[in-house]
Amino acid sequence: MTATQSGAVEKTTSEGTPALHVEGLWKIFGPKGDKIINTPDAQLSRKDLQAKTGHVVGIRDVGFDVAPGEVFVVMGLSGSGKSTLVRLLTRLIEPTAGTVELYGEDITAMSDSALLDTRRKKVSMVFQHFGLLPHRKVVDNVAFGLEVRGEKKGERRNRAQEMVDLVGLSGYENNYPDQLSGGMQQRVGLARALAANPDVMMFDEPFSALDPLIRRDMQNEVIRLHEEVGKTMVFITHDLAEALKLGDRILIMRDGEIVQIGTPDEVVGAPADEYVRDFTSDVPKSHVLTLKWVMRAPDGDPGDGPVLQSNQIVRDAARIVLDHDGPCRVADGDKLVGVVDDMDILRVVVAEDEG
Amino acid sequence: MSTATAPPPAPPDRTASASKEEQPYVELGKKRHTGAKLAGIGIFWLVMWLVFHNQMTRALGLQDTTPFHEWLNGIRDWVQLHGPDNWFFGGVLGFIGDFFNAVFEFLQKLVSIPAFPRPVPEIGWLGVVALATWVGWAVAGLRSTILVVVTMLLFGVFGLWQDSIDLLLVTIIAVVFCFVVGLPTGILMARSRATSAVVTPVLDIMQTMPPFAYLAPVALGFGIGPTTAIVLTCIYALPPMIRITEHGIRGVPDTTIEAARSLGLTRGQMLRQVQLPMARRTIVVGINQSMMAALSMATIAALVNGPGLGKDVNAALQIQNIGAASVAGILIVLTAIMLDRTTTAASERSESMGRSGVASVSGPGVMLAGVVLERLPRWATEEAGKGVRQPRLTSAGRWLVRGLWLIPTLVLVYFSRQQLILAQFPTRDDWPFLKYIDGKTVTKLVNDFSNWFIDKVDTFTLALKNDLTNWLINPLQNLLAESPWWTMALVLLAFAYVLGGWRPVVTTLVCEAIIFGTGLWNDTMITLTMTIFATVLVMLTAVVLGVAMGRNRRADTAIRPILDAFQTIPPFVYLIPALALFGASRFTAIIAAVAYAVPIATKLVADGIRGVSPTTVEAARANGSTKWQMITKVQLPMSRNALVLATNQGLLYVLSMVVIGGLVGGGSLGYIVVSGFSQDQLFGKGLAAGIAITALGVMLDRIARYAAERYGR
Amino acid sequence: MARGTSRLQLACVAVAVALGLTACGSGGIKDNPSGASGGKDCGDLRIAVNPWTGYVSNAHVIGYVAKTKLGCNVTYPDVKEEVGWAGMASGSIDTIVENWGHPDLVKKYIDEQKSVEDAGPTGGKGIIGWYVPPWMAEKYPDITDWKSLNKYASLFKTSESGDKGQLLDGDPSYVTNDEALVKNLKLNYKVVVGGSEASLIQSFKSAEKNKTPLLAYFYEPQWFFSEMKLVHVNLPKYTDGCDADPAKVNCDYPEYNLNKLIAKKFADSGSPAVDLIKKFSWTNDDQNIVSTYIAKDGMSPDDAAKKWVDANPDKVKAWLG
Repeated sequence: MTATQSGAVEKTTSEGTPALHVEGLWKIFGPKGDKIINTPDAQLSRKDLQAKTGHVVGIRDVGFDVAPGEVFVVMGLSGSGKSTLVRLLTRLIEPTAGTVELYGEDITAMSDSALLDTRRKKVSMVFQHFGLLPHRKVVDNVAFGLEVRGEKKGERRNRAQEMVDLVGLSGYENNYPDQLSGGMQQRVGLARALAANPDVMMFDEPFSALDPLIRRDMQNEVIRLHEEVGKTMVFITHDLAEALKLGDRILIMRDGEIVQIGTPDEVVGAPADEYVRDFTSDVPKSHVLTLKWVMRAPDGDPGDGPVLQSNQIVRDAARIVLDHDGPCRVADGDKLVGVVDDMDILRVVVAEDEG
Repeated sequence: MSTATAPPPAPPDRTASASKEEQPYVELGKKRHTGAKLAGIGIFWLVMWLVFHNQMTRALGLQDTTPFHEWLNGIRDWVQLHGPDNWFFGGVLGFIGDFFNAVFEFLQKLVSIPAFPRPVPEIGWLGVVALATWVGWAVAGLRSTILVVVTMLLFGVFGLWQDSIDLLLVTIIAVVFCFVVGLPTGILMARSRATSAVVTPVLDIMQTMPPFAYLAPVALGFGIGPTTAIVLTCIYALPPMIRITEHGIRGVPDTTIEAARSLGLTRGQMLRQVQLPMARRTIVVGINQSMMAALSMATIAALVNGPGLGKDVNAALQIQNIGAASVAGILIVLTAIMLDRTTTAASERSESMGRSGVASVSGPGVMLAGVVLERLPRWATEEAGKGVRQPRLTSAGRWLVRGLWLIPTLVLVYFSRQQLILAQFPTRDDWPFLKYIDGKTVTKLVNDFSNWFIDKVDTFTLALKNDLTNWLINPLQNLLAESPWWTMALVLLAFAYVLGGWRPVVTTLVCEAIIFGTGLWNDTMITLTMTIFATVLVMLTAVVLGVAMGRNRRADTAIRPILDAFQTIPPFVYLIPALALFGASRFTAIIAAVAYAVPIATKLVADGIRGVSPTTVEAARANGSTKWQMITKVQLPMSRNALVLATNQGLLYVLSMVVIGGLVGGGSLGYIVVSGFSQDQLFGKGLAAGIAITALGVMLDRIARYAAERYGR
Repeated sequence: MARGTSRLQLACVAVAVALGLTACGSGGIKDNPSGASGGKDCGDLRIAVNPWTGYVSNAHVIGYVAKTKLGCNVTYPDVKEEVGWAGMASGSIDTIVENWGHPDLVKKYIDEQKSVEDAGPTGGKGIIGWYVPPWMAEKYPDITDWKSLNKYASLFKTSESGDKGQLLDGDPSYVTNDEALVKNLKLNYKVVVGGSEASLIQSFKSAEKNKTPLLAYFYEPQWFFSEMKLVHVNLPKYTDGCDADPAKVNCDYPEYNLNKLIAKKFADSGSPAVDLIKKFSWTNDDQNIVSTYIAKDGMSPDDAAKKWVDANPDKVKAWLG
């Protein structure tokens, strides 16, 4: 699919069929949303369109690819359309226009039964407010998706128990959701999503409702699970730190449009516009940027300092650079790409705020 | 197509900081000048009144009829003559009638009347009490059970066993019917906007229509007797069941629905495994509401020979026996409390259904469970989750425990079939100690007290009535009823427009046309006067009581039970003391209506006051508001929504009491409705009055609702 | 689903046990110990009960006799007069035991439909009229003549009647010409409807107690006369046909020979109760005694009937003979 794709979409980082391929996706809320696309009105700002027609643009002409095994983070402030976007991907909200392909299968063109099947087997979601069934025990909540697709009681119980153990809730399987803390409830949600053994997992701001400490635990949990099960993940958040921590790549949205897609260091190091720059300004850059972003071109003699890789995080390289008198060499693989000295490092570490 | 590298075209007029969060699009409000407009209408009205005083009022004498009334009479005659052979009246209605009759008679013979050739019912009082106790315990737990036992024993002690049980039977049959019809309807409405759009207005009308308005037509279709009572009760009790079911299904959080959808549930799976289980508690609340409505209607149905305690109240009313009416009234209230508490407990428990064993197997169940839990088979118990110490019963286990308790229950049923004293409730002749507490004693007590009380205060109350009537009611009525009909029609339209905009104007116009068509314009205006006056009294009382209750927990605990009692007591019961205190007059009718409507309005106001955000109250306190400022500047304005709702509900309740008012001198539409099912040649006029009341109700309801939409926030 | 099944099984077992136990427990109580005396099978008897106490007395005395002497299964549907007539036509009511005229209904149901039959007089005389409380008759002796009513009209003013005198009417089902009378006799009065027998009696009670004026529609036979001697106001004398046109009535109400009605279907059924109803006859005084038991002494209608029947065996015997 990548081959036929229009050049405007940034190439994915890996070759072959992308896990998720999105192209020209629109959502305009209102009774005549589909009539507005392809008219000049579609170019109006959200506010103007609402004033003029009463329709609200949820998502405006969005396209991207997600590679298998990637953690793809969509981030934006409230109202930016990120939650709408993730729902369009499984048609929990019907898109107004555009295509979504899951491993080459066109979701937007699917029959209802095929769609049900996809939801049952291939994609699963974790929600901000958990969406657990209060009248079912933990284990039955986890097994719910399996029950829905008709698996036998014994099998689904075993599978559910495995998942409960996997997310660290062993012993709580016979409790009811309201007897658990928020973090534990979200673990149930996580286990439920994992139980179906889906190709892609989608997370809609799953940790926004949790306390900061619990949130950190849960983020680590997701990282751990990703290492263990290696699922493709689409992760929605409004928290930049979370996005930088989890994401292989980050999509930044505003007013239903894409502002920037890039790796964490790209987003911080080369913000696409003022908007992105503004809210990446608080990020401790040394934790995100790699040497690539702070090195200078190797004018003249690079010297004989230690060789560091250009994709090393600044913070991790700081000790070596500061310990060494004079510039260190920066290489991409074997090729020398630049040099970095104390001043380059300190500029990032000390002057965080100037961003 | 947006890309990562091309920055989006940022509109030039926004600064970076202002554009972070989009400002929502808001329409600017306009100033309405409501006060000035209302004053204008008032002046027009007064001028017209002065000029056209007592002309074109469309007044109609008591015994006079219009061609429309005669036409309705004709229909009635036709139905009486040809009904039995007609496919609809004889066939459909006949079948429904026979069905309800058969069910009712079967149950009556089972528990309330002699089952020929036995001199007593199949199951005697002890057996009935035992079975009711078991049911109460199984669905609602120990506390409700005690209430059930006490109430049912009092049925017998007060000597009204059969009528009490009959009332219960009518109520239960109607509720079962409502459940069977209402649940699917409610589900359908929750899942299909189209169905909801069609059914909702029908429910609106059913709920606005005062029950008396359809007494006569239903009695015409089903004859007199239990069937009519059951059908009336069903009509009255069905809307809450449907509404609350719809609400419950719709109330399942979107997040849950969405999560379930993401798992790929079909619509059927969604209903069975997500929506119904999660709406279970709300649905039980619906049953509760439906049951309360059914009980009050089943009492009123005594007017068309419905069986049950309503008959006793009615009979006592005829011979001025406040005591006897009170005894029956007390039993009705107790029945209501019993049904209410049992279903409420059941709904609270349904939430924890299948949950911790302690909550659901309470009281004796716990003791029994403690003994046998260890020996129960595997399927009956399971490991509880972490934090719950003892193992708990599974659903099947709980049913086993319930089943065990059924055995002693059935033994009692058996005895009640064997022993006459256990089959027929003993009287004071059988058990002498009963003479201290039985119905006769209570009757005498109440009569003595009320005679003494009335004797003390009636001169004062009669004077109060005269003053209020002469200074307030009569002038208002003169203004409404002595203005030409077209003036009133215009004034009402103008009010509708100023208060609610264009939408209620259309409804008002239609309703006015209907009222005009019934030929009862003048009577409707008199009824409207009483309705307005009563509603004002209701709201004054409700605000005073509601503010006290909303601000003070202790006031709440003191007042709420009284309101509950007034809500369930059949209005007939307090008609007699009201008559004695205020004489046969419109004022008495107003008092009866106020007594009926105050509880609901007060509760709504209290809830509104309590619903004011504590943060706001705290902030106002921090600003140094006095108590009075707090009430008038913070709590009342912020509960404006509740106040508007309370007014609306109060109005509808008042209107539904208008007919009862006809029995104590209220005259106008209420009296005409009552005449309608008393006098042959007035049938059509009575029916027309029912239609007029309904139209008046719909009109007032719509104006209030749209006004609420405008001013309620 | 194993759990659901076992729950169902348990419920089934419980119901089965319940049915079993109830089925076998009927031995102890003898069938119908009160028993029928005569050999004839009476069956059901449904006596309409109209909303005034005198009627209740008639109904329950007949019902009591029918139950105890004939073994009938008696029920008392509470219905208003017109509804009772219609009920006889449709078959849901067997008899009305105190009928006040109703020429229009006589025409409709007896003459035309032939679904109802006249079952003879009750022996009672019905009087309808306007009454004042005793203290007024004493203080204003001439008030018993209708011609002086206008003179006293201002006395009867109330909050309900505006600037006219108030004439209080009763239950809407009662036979009344009062509006036409006020108009045709040119009386300065307004008819105000009290709504029930209860409101009339209550009004008289408080009028007498507080010495307030009251003019109201009332009727005999009526137990309340044993408590308070209301005074009849004489309207222009009744002459045959003076009330033919309801709109032009200008005379007092006629004296009614109260009678009983019986549904055609029931009359043809051969029930022994038919004979009882036809032969039943007593006086206003008899009825007032029973009504007083009920309304004043608070006895249940059945107890009141029993008391009178036990005290008057001869009269009862005549009805059965």
